[in-house]
Amino acid sequence: MSDHPTSTQTLHVDEHTVEEMRHHIRRYLIVGVALAIGTALTVWASLINFGSREINIVVALIIASVKGFLVVGFFMHLISEKKMIYAVLGFTAFFFTGLFALTLWSMAHASIIQIR
Amino acid sequence: MEIPYAVKARPDTGLYNAKVGIWLFLASEVMLFGALFCSYILLRVNAPEGMWPHHWLNIWLGMTNTIVLIFSSVTVVLSWASLKMGQFKRYKFYQSITILCALIFLGIKSVEYHDKFVHYKVVLTDGRIADGHLQKAETTLPVSWHLQPLIVDGRLPKGAKPTDKVVLEGWWPKDETALMDPPLGHATESIELTASQIKSMENYGPWHNTYTGIYFTLTGLHALHVIAGCIVIFAIWGPLAKVWEQDPEHYINRVEVSGLFWHFVDLVWIFLFPVLYLL
Repeated sequence: MSDHPTSTQTLHVDEHTVEEMRHHIRRYLIVGVALAIGTALTVWASLINFGSREINIVVALIIASVKGFLVVGFFMHLISEKKMIYAVLGFTAFFFTGLFALTLWSMAHASIIQIR
Repeated sequence: MEIPYAVKARPDTGLYNAKVGIWLFLASEVMLFGALFCSYILLRVNAPEGMWPHHWLNIWLGMTNTIVLIFSSVTVVLSWASLKMGQFKRYKFYQSITILCALIFLGIKSVEYHDKFVHYKVVLTDGRIADGHLQKAETTLPVSWHLQPLIVDGRLPKGAKPTDKVVLEGWWPKDETALMDPPLGHATESIELTASQIKSMENYGPWHNTYTGIYFTLTGLHALHVIAGCIVIFAIWGPLAKVWEQDPEHYINRVEVSGLFWHFVDLVWIFLFPVLYLL
C-alpha cells in the first residue's frame, strides 16, 4: 500500500501541518523520556525510607500523578481539547472524587457500618 | 444513509462522533478501575497489623513492563503523527512496534503469574511453615491445575499417597508475619517433605489471601484491556488498512481513538505499578 491515498477522498497535507506534527513529535519524545525517568524515580523513592510508610506512599502517588498528567495532557492531548471533553471529564472527576470520599468516610466510620 | 459527523467534526462541539464516544467510554473505565482501587484501599487499611504483604512481586519485572508500556504509548502517538503527515509506511512501522510491546508486556505478565501459581505455602503438622517454588520434576505428589488450596486439614488430593514427596526450593519463615515481608534476597534451600507431614498446602493464586485476590483482579482486568487494545490496533493496522486508501481522514480518526484507549491502559498501569509492586 502506498503512502498516499489514491481514492477521491484525499488527505491534505500542507507544510504547516508537517511543521506542526514535527513539533508534536519532539514533544512526544521528551514526554516519553520524562515518563521513563519518572518510573526510575518511583522505584528509587520506594527503596528510600522517608521515615514512615505513609510518606513513602504519598511520594509514590505524587510521582505517579505527575506521570499520569503527562500521559493524559500530552499523549491524549487533553491540554488542548474541546470544551465538551472537559465537561465529560469534569463529571467523571466529580463522581471519582465522591467514590474515594465515600471510601475514606466509610473507613472513618468503620465501626458504624461494620466493615471489619 | 450516511451517518453524520463520523469523520468531520460537528460545528458546535468541534468533535467527531467516535471521539466523544471514546471519552465517554474512558470515563466509565475510570469509575470501574476507581472502584477497584477503592477496594484495594479498604482491604489494605483494614488488614490486621503486619499482615499486608510486601516484596511479593518482582520489582524489576514490573518496572520493565512499565517502560514497555510507556514506549508503546510513544509509538502510538508517533504513528498517529506519521499519518497526519501522510506517511503510511512509517505509521505501519510504529504500530508494529506497539503490537510487539503489547505482546512483550503480556509475556512478562504471564511469567509473573506462573511464578505465583508454582509458589506454595506449606504448613506442616508440627506447625512449621515452608515457603517456596514447587520443583515439579522431583515432586511425586500429583499436582494438577487447581483453583483451590491443594491440601486442606491434611486431606490429600485425589490419587495421592501419604508417602508422596513434595520438593520446594524455598525457606522456613519463623511465622506468618515473616512470610508477609520476606527479607530481600534471602537464602533458599531445597526442602523435601512427605505428604503425611503436610497439614495445608496452597499456591499464591487469587484464593491465597486478599492481597493476591486484589492483585489478580486488578492486573487481570488490566491485562484484558491490553489484549483488547492490541486486537483493535492490529485490526486497524492490518485487515482495515484499506480504509486509508478509501477515506484517509476516517482512518486517522480510528487510529486516534484506538490510541486514546491505549494511553488509558498505560495510565492505569502507571498507578498499578507503585500500588502493587512498591508500597
